[in-house]
Amino acid sequence: MDKLMNLKLKVWRQDDADDVGRFEEYQADDISPDMSFLEMLDVVNEGLIGSGKEPIAFDSDCREGICGSCSMVINGTAHGGQKGTTACQLHMRHFSDGMTITIEPWRATAFPVHRDLVVDRTAFDRIQQKGGFISVRTGSVPDANAIPVSKDESDLAMDAAQCIGCGACVAACKNASAMLFVAAKISHLSLVPQGQPERERRALAMVKQMDDEGFGNCTVTGSCEAVCPKEISLDFIARMNREYGRALIKKGTI
Amino acid sequence: MDFITGIFKTSLGRKYVMAITGAGLFGFVVMHMLGNLLVFAGPAAINEYAAKLHALGPLLWVARIGLLGMVGLHIWSAIKLTSENREARTVEYDAAAEPVDAHRRGDIVAKFAARTMIFSGLIIAAFAFYHLAHFTWKVPQINGAGMEDFESYYVADDFTTPLAEGKEGKNHADVFKMIVTGFKVPAVSVFYVVAVGLLCFHLSHGLSAMFQSLGIKNKNIAPWMDRFAVGASALIFLGYISIPVSVLAAFIKIG
Repeated sequence: MDKLMNLKLKVWRQDDADDVGRFEEYQADDISPDMSFLEMLDVVNEGLIGSGKEPIAFDSDCREGICGSCSMVINGTAHGGQKGTTACQLHMRHFSDGMTITIEPWRATAFPVHRDLVVDRTAFDRIQQKGGFISVRTGSVPDANAIPVSKDESDLAMDAAQCIGCGACVAACKNASAMLFVAAKISHLSLVPQGQPERERRALAMVKQMDDEGFGNCTVTGSCEAVCPKEISLDFIARMNREYGRALIKKGTI
Repeated sequence: MDFITGIFKTSLGRKYVMAITGAGLFGFVVMHMLGNLLVFAGPAAINEYAAKLHALGPLLWVARIGLLGMVGLHIWSAIKLTSENREARTVEYDAAAEPVDAHRRGDIVAKFAARTMIFSGLIIAAFAFYHLAHFTWKVPQINGAGMEDFESYYVADDFTTPLAEGKEGKNHADVFKMIVTGFKVPAVSVFYVVAVGLLCFHLSHGLSAMFQSLGIKNKNIAPWMDRFAVGASALIFLGYISIPVSVLAAFIKIG
């Protein structure tokens, strides 16, 4: 086994949404390089609990990079900055012994901090509720090949559908814009036949909800794409811009 | 939500406004540069070109109002979008971005030109106002050329012979003499070069971002759009600054 590491953590602590919050420093000793970032935090929390202190609150669920729960800005970078990786899949071997790691929550007006590193991401749910779905008849399972979908389009739709809604795009964007998320959702459904009936209404309603939630605008910096753990392409934002324009011309109203 | 509110009251709509007016203003910047470069063809060429523009009459006013409208919409959407962006993140990150893969830092952190669009834009707007006062409204107090009155620079119908007495609307303006006298003042030329530099810095981001806002960018053509943005900005910079540089180097002079 590789040599254990001793690290210094500078972590954002905030008791609740109304608290002003502050940074606190902790020592993380005897950390295995094979631990994930969240496992390292678990170890630190065990220590905190042992000494009667409040553990650091953070979101996590699957810990295998597909649920989109974990959300922290590690050294100023959403999910830590390894290509296509969530914080739970980021291993401590990427850090060096003795280094100080700053851990902050997602910072966006639309994502208010609940506690410590936990932010309220229900803004994404409300955007989804405005059109991130398709309406189909329920009943017996349709034949697998009843609706033909071309391979190219289904591949592209699946690329967009990879979005796990973690919010790293918002966290990384200098404008706290949610465009990559919304673009992935709009593109995914606009590319497949099942998404056609609500295509225009979806684009108009989801964009409007995104604006109402108080997310910023796109400056085409590419930061979102660079931190996205699912490597959602900036191309989808261009596609969303087309979809929205098309919907305005075709429908003009929600 | 109808079509108009869909354009002017939403994030994506305002980005369309930004991109379309930006493209229009880029067109003006190119045409204005090509016109200005006629200074290298001598006094007759540029004075005749200016006279022809003035002879357009009502059409000239249509162009001027169109340009003013585009500038207004461009600035309005810029201020609107920027203030929304500021409100969208009121608490900044404490740590500077240092990704575990250090080589990815350049992709993760927004480029300087992208982060400063509002500032480069507003300074360019201020310069444009000064530039109009300098050469269009011919305010003698700001030309720095010892109160030279550009209002008195007129040429005869051959576009070269200076007239001692001329009248706006009756005689042709001596644009060549205005350019040479104007840029002979080093401070004016330096300010001009800095402003054009900022404009090209602004364009180096804007010219590629506008394709994205209009939904016509993708990974296959994005590298070409980025090259176009940088290449066009560089050419525009060289084209514009060649004039004050040539005047200061006495390559272009009167007589």
